Amino acid sequence: MNGFYPIFKRELLAYFRSPVAYVFIIIFLAANAGCTFLLGNFYNSQQASLEIFFLFHPWLYLFLIPAVGMRLWAEERRTGTSELLLTFPVRMTTTVFAKFFAAWFFIGIALLLTFPMILTVHYLGSPDNGPIITGYLGSFLMAGSYLAIASCTSAMTKNQVISFILSVVICLVLVLLGWGVLSDSLNAVFPVWISDFVSQFSFTTHYDAIRRGVVDLRDLIYFISIIIIMLILNVVVLESHKAS
Amino acid sequence: MIRVHALSKNFNNFTAVDQVSFEVQRGEVLGFLGPNGAGKSTTMKMLTCFIPPSSGTAEICGFSILDNPLQVRAQIGYLPESAPSYDEMMVGEFLNFVAEIRGYGGKELRRRVSIVIEMTALGEVKNQMIETLSKGFRQRTCLAQALLHDPPVLILDEPTDGLDPNQKHEVRSLISSISEERTILISTHILEEVEAVCTRAMIISAGKVVGYGTPDELKSQSLYRNSVKVSVNGADPKQLLKDFNELDFVYSVERLPEKRKDLVTMRLYPQNKESIALKLEQYLFSQQIPIEHFNVSLGRLDEVFRELTTGKQS
Repeated sequence: MNGFYPIFKRELLAYFRSPVAYVFIIIFLAANAGCTFLLGNFYNSQQASLEIFFLFHPWLYLFLIPAVGMRLWAEERRTGTSELLLTFPVRMTTTVFAKFFAAWFFIGIALLLTFPMILTVHYLGSPDNGPIITGYLGSFLMAGSYLAIASCTSAMTKNQVISFILSVVICLVLVLLGWGVLSDSLNAVFPVWISDFVSQFSFTTHYDAIRRGVVDLRDLIYFISIIIIMLILNVVVLESHKAS
Repeated sequence: MIRVHALSKNFNNFTAVDQVSFEVQRGEVLGFLGPNGAGKSTTMKMLTCFIPPSSGTAEICGFSILDNPLQVRAQIGYLPESAPSYDEMMVGEFLNFVAEIRGYGGKELRRRVSIVIEMTALGEVKNQMIETLSKGFRQRTCLAQALLHDPPVLILDEPTDGLDPNQKHEVRSLISSISEERTILISTHILEEVEAVCTRAMIISAGKVVGYGTPDELKSQSLYRNSVKVSVNGADPKQLLKDFNELDFVYSVERLPEKRKDLVTMRLYPQNKESIALKLEQYLFSQQIPIEHFNVSLGRLDEVFRELTTGKQS
């Protein structure tokens, strides 16, 4: 893992050097508050829990995470710095993971900045802290999966807009596979196991389980596998781009 | 040192580099010449293990680019074309980053960064953002990053591209000053640069090596090799042309346009490109021909370049 730390540090600082970090954090926090209090009618729920807060994360991430990830490789390729970065004596896998972890760490910071929500529910009542902790864990893991997809699509093109749209579409599919409406319509035609099988590939299925406070190893493995598979694919995409 | 053996690169049906072989020894500066799109950058990208070759191989300091890419990269200082660097970083910070990647830390890191800042005269912009720098400083920042680890092999893709004449001179002096214990490959399409810094030059065209030798050897292929340009004061052009043509060491004579009305200017081409300056001088002296200018050409690299890369004579 030689070279991991310098690349990680540079990448993370690069977010804070550009307006991206501040715009992202502000929009992320505002959107979270908006979804929870306006769309989710937090006060009317009469519950001291963060269930409503976590409910909207798959949809929020759909647009926000590709926005963070789209520049990861597309920008390097556009400015030619990829030629510099990939001719240092560092394995490409290390470089890909270092850049990914920097972006994930950044998203983690944004997620931690939602801590006033925790304070709010503690002020309003006495919530069960279990689902709050697993909610954050699930949300963070899911964010990593979205990000790994965005990182991979970012390596496919020099154009950040194309990279953004591609990753939104892929993530949307992975969200919708577990969507109730889809399952219902599948159940109307096919046996139930088909819709069960399909929904196993969805972010929502695994995320819902974790955020309800049940940390099943299979759900953790699902998110971690998505991250690893997408990052390996990311390396393959970079290699094949170099070859042609 | 660099040893390249039958290196080729195909992009779909297009052959960018075609069976290129060459060697560069320690202490040599090989100039890689060729028109745009000839395959210079592609060859360099293969040597730095940025792109894999389609066939053939190369060794850098004994490490194969196919089997040991990480060791190869550790031996090389690479300046990619158009000198990319991270715009949002400061010069010093960027160099620190590269030094960390190269595995340095603490005192050693600071020592190396300050050495290259001095070498490339970046002191005044050390704390400036790279995006605010002029082309010359950007070029030197990227050159500094290539020198950080004191590499035995330097691969510089158009190191003086976009610099003003003073900056070009500085970069060339820098390259010459560090060339002694190193193996350097530089690509350029500026012919004067080859004469200024290279001990050897290789001309490639459409992916193939079409010329190889010291700058002087290449120039000796020129039509103008050892030709003499003479301007004579108040002579009869026809008579002079006749007299010159009768000389046995002269192969042909060409009358050149002349702005001054009192002068007649001719170029005399020697038999077999031999040196005729002395014989001609003796002849002119013995005939008491009043000469105003006398100029011997060693050959013109641009003409050789054009001939080799287009197959046409200028």
